[in-house]
Amino acid sequence: MGKVLKYSFYDLIRSRWSYIYLLFYLALGFVLLFLNSDLSKAVITLMNIIIVLVPLIATIFGTMYFYNSKEFTELLLAQPIKRSDIFLGQYFGVAGSLSLSLVLGLGIPFMAYGLLRSGAVFNFSLLLGIGVFLTLIFTALAFNIAISNENKIKGFGYAVLLWLFMAVIYDGIFLLSLILFEEYPLDTFSIIATALNPIDLSRTLILLKLDISALMGYTGAIFKKFFGTHWGFWISIFVLILWAGLPILRLRYKSIRKDF
Amino acid sequence: MIHITDLHKTFGKNQVLKGIDLDIDPGKIYAILGPNGSGKTTLIKCILGMVIPSKGTIEVLGKPIKNGWRYRKEIDYLPQIANFPGNLKVNELIEMIKDLRNAPGQEDELIRIFDLEPHLEKKMANLSGGTKQKVNLILAFMFNSQLLILDEPNTGLDPRALIKLKKLLNKHRGKGKTLLITSHVMQFVEEVADEVIYILEGKIYFKGTTSELKKETGQIDMEHAVAELMKSEIHGEST
Repeated sequence: MGKVLKYSFYDLIRSRWSYIYLLFYLALGFVLLFLNSDLSKAVITLMNIIIVLVPLIATIFGTMYFYNSKEFTELLLAQPIKRSDIFLGQYFGVAGSLSLSLVLGLGIPFMAYGLLRSGAVFNFSLLLGIGVFLTLIFTALAFNIAISNENKIKGFGYAVLLWLFMAVIYDGIFLLSLILFEEYPLDTFSIIATALNPIDLSRTLILLKLDISALMGYTGAIFKKFFGTHWGFWISIFVLILWAGLPILRLRYKSIRKDF
Repeated sequence: MIHITDLHKTFGKNQVLKGIDLDIDPGKIYAILGPNGSGKTTLIKCILGMVIPSKGTIEVLGKPIKNGWRYRKEIDYLPQIANFPGNLKVNELIEMIKDLRNAPGQEDELIRIFDLEPHLEKKMANLSGGTKQKVNLILAFMFNSQLLILDEPNTGLDPRALIKLKKLLNKHRGKGKTLLITSHVMQFVEEVADEVIYILEGKIYFKGTTSELKKETGQIDMEHAVAELMKSEIHGEST
């Protein structure tokens, strides 16, 4: 797997898009930090952007890479390489280069700002960690969609729909059901519904760590009681690992059985 | 060398291979022939493990290949359509394949034979069809594997390169290697092949030497002999 990963990764870090992605985060990081006097506000703004943009970029980039590297894949399939290694190598190549752009693009401005000496270093690392998780999750989902759809346009459409559902529609349904079933106790429901969507889960985790849950009233208190504890935190991390792990397992399963 | 028993492959509703039994002996050049869509490429891809058979077994060098991948060290493959990552340079591609296979390659001699020195620094996407096919040939011939599978090796080659290809094929046969070739150019097949395997609608219709084929069909050259095979099948269907 190492060699496939190496070549995919090299291929990607030579591509123009990786640099555009990196430059975007660099610009974003510098602008937010140096034009904003309040560090935690800057982190919240960053969070709002990361949580929507990272999944979108990972989904689109993942599907695009899978379809565009068809020739490379066919070349590899005839070589003495294990099938699952080919696809997992490509997957980690894409997810790795996207994560690198994210971590470098935001890490450099924060270093320049002198973050290591401030108290926000934990919150910031959490933000980056979650960004990496979201990249892993959505790249894996994108690869799954692409490997199951021969038709590029269809695959691309499904991938964008998936992102739209997770980032926008899910929240709409969630809120709507909260209003509709107002009279029932919804604590457990809302905690489970939050955990089931990686974007919502990431947002909740960061907001609670930033200690602004008081702004969210009663619901915030319940969330704090669950996600704010050590136990809740580790459960959330576990759910994120599941979100990344299950699609990777399915990708492995599919790749062993597909005809080329 | 290769032992295939009762091989079936279905893509959706389309039954491509319908029970292939085949033995490939070492040290010979085999030509796999058949009309378009008869299942030649599918058969080759099954041997390579790129297509997973619906039924039946394939053994390469005495071992079943199911779920295996190490046996591909013993196979060099020339794909039909030379699709390579377009942003790689020719020499980068050669180095990459050597690295991936973990084997030293004898590419220098082949680069000389096919006059590829001026193209080594060019990107794959900027090469002409014939030059791409030459790169394809180098990648397939530069390792010393026991088994060579060539899907339409003569596509896009000029006469000069074609003569060199024929020499190369004979040289590799001389080394005791086994070669599987598909081609639609019968003159080429007649010149290089020892045995012919004729596939029709997913089954082996004829297997034997080229002279046996000519004798059986009563024709003097391969082109007419194979045309005769196709014709007799069409008549067989209509009656």
